Amino acid sequence: MPMEKIVLPDIKDFHLIDVYEQYGGYTAIKKALSQSPDDIIDQVKKSGLRGRGGAAFSAGLKWSFMPKTSSKPAYLCINGDESEPGSFKDRQIFEFNPHQLIEGILIAAYAIRVKITYIYIRGEYHKWIRLFEKALSDAYAKGYAGEKMKETFGTDFFVDIYVHKGAGAYICGEESALMNSIEGKRGYPRVKPPFPAQNGLWGCPTTINNIETITNVPPIINKGWEWFSKIGEPRHPGTLLYGISGHVNKPGVYELPSGMLLTDLIYNYAGGVINDKKILCVIPGGSSMPPLRGDQIEGVKMDAESLKAYGTSIGTAGVIVMDEDTDLVKVLARIARFYYHESCGQCTPCREGTGWMLKILNRLVRGEGSIHDLDLLVSIAGNIEGNTICALGEAAAWPVRYTITRFRDYFEKRVSKEVILPIANKVHSMRHTAFPLADVKE
Amino acid sequence: MTFKFTVENTKRIEEAVKKYPRKNAAVMPVLYIAQEQDGWISQEVIKEVASVLEMTAEEILGVVTFYSMYHTKPAGKYHLQVCTNVSCMLRGAESIYNYIKNKLNIENGGITEDNIFSLEEVECMGSCGTAPMFAINEDFFENLSIQKVDEIIESFKNQD
Repeated sequence: MPMEKIVLPDIKDFHLIDVYEQYGGYTAIKKALSQSPDDIIDQVKKSGLRGRGGAAFSAGLKWSFMPKTSSKPAYLCINGDESEPGSFKDRQIFEFNPHQLIEGILIAAYAIRVKITYIYIRGEYHKWIRLFEKALSDAYAKGYAGEKMKETFGTDFFVDIYVHKGAGAYICGEESALMNSIEGKRGYPRVKPPFPAQNGLWGCPTTINNIETITNVPPIINKGWEWFSKIGEPRHPGTLLYGISGHVNKPGVYELPSGMLLTDLIYNYAGGVINDKKILCVIPGGSSMPPLRGDQIEGVKMDAESLKAYGTSIGTAGVIVMDEDTDLVKVLARIARFYYHESCGQCTPCREGTGWMLKILNRLVRGEGSIHDLDLLVSIAGNIEGNTICALGEAAAWPVRYTITRFRDYFEKRVSKEVILPIANKVHSMRHTAFPLADVKE
Repeated sequence: MTFKFTVENTKRIEEAVKKYPRKNAAVMPVLYIAQEQDGWISQEVIKEVASVLEMTAEEILGVVTFYSMYHTKPAGKYHLQVCTNVSCMLRGAESIYNYIKNKLNIENGGITEDNIFSLEEVECMGSCGTAPMFAINEDFFENLSIQKVDEIIESFKNQD
């Protein structure tokens, strides 16, 4: 039986509105409008659909947090800021299936009773913004969005969809930073609580969903939640857009059921490792997720629950494969540089810690690191994790902490066993001691 | 030199403002329009954007400096953005980046003497599956090799 594709079906020109309609497009919204908003939320809840942006939170449950009546306007934000290194799935949806995304927005907006939706697309995606805006204007022209929906569907419900273009800040993928960015402010994450469903965009009830999550909604409404809940791993059902990059023969996005074997993805779908080399390291869900050693990947299943047992997480399902000749110290230093660059600077542990980790890792790259540095890095990571407003702290700390602990032997080979202190530290260490320089080697 | 929006761009700003319940929320799209018109965000641009959106110049500056896609100095006619993040790095981005630096004889953030090319080392652009990549202004060039990079840069040179 051919593998069923939900988000990126193999249909020619599916991005065109006529073709999308031909294959039953914009019928799910009609079906949804004949039911109550709570029924829709209930079906999405029962389908088991979990967020595809990294946290894998139940989409239906998230929607149910929205107040049923509110004196304030409510908003839906769609997160298309994908900037996590190793993650490149959302751009496929903008390019190949924008109308299913738009229809998903309509259904979600109806379920949570909002009239305005902002779709946040990262600024670098100029081409994909143009493609999506074209699809959106086609949908408006046919009366599938905006006030004309009233005529098209014969109901009182309508929703306006606006594109908000980001301007190059990874942190805006964090939901509260994203809202600040839409408000025209610096993309600083907000302290939670209050949660967005109570106090979000301009202080109004707001729900934020990922592009891929929303694109899954129309088929759930059309084919029923039972159908969806039976695909892939039951605790994290549906398909995932696995993005495979790095040292594989056929990198790319593969839509497959959740719970795929990691080895199956790498060796069968992505065509194996270039030149048949061995695997040193695999990051399963985008650069912020804890990596797995090459000898740890056998039998690993790719879904939120299974990966937890292996001490890592599904993230955005962006798999980065590194072969045995990779300089892992250099790779980790590059990842650390990314989080140092993207830290918004609000919280001291993250702002300072990411800089310290980068400096120490650069020292390791230069071959000047000591064994003491490895423990120091883990200690700094531990002091960032859990001590920041948003999850960028964890995103910066996890790769450093788990790459070093899981590849300790590899890193130990790259550092001096002796503690080499720079001159300034030597001078400092001479103070207040009876035996200056006794344990400091030249 | 004072900066004023063109008539056409003033209309575009009015459209952008309509998308949001508050005027100041349009600051990001308005800054993009300004950058399109003038090439970069100068102090004069900031003053004008502030007066158009009824905000303070400091608020505008705060936004401009937070986001990496607003240029606070003039960029070249062709702005090269080379990704060196993990997935590109694994596929040889470092040698491509170094090749471009040598070819154009500029460093990160630099601009060639004839103001044609400027160079920026950027974070992940979402082309991990087609790495390595670089972008010239708004267009992505993917699955690069040194030879391909060379041809692309030459073709842009010849356009001038």
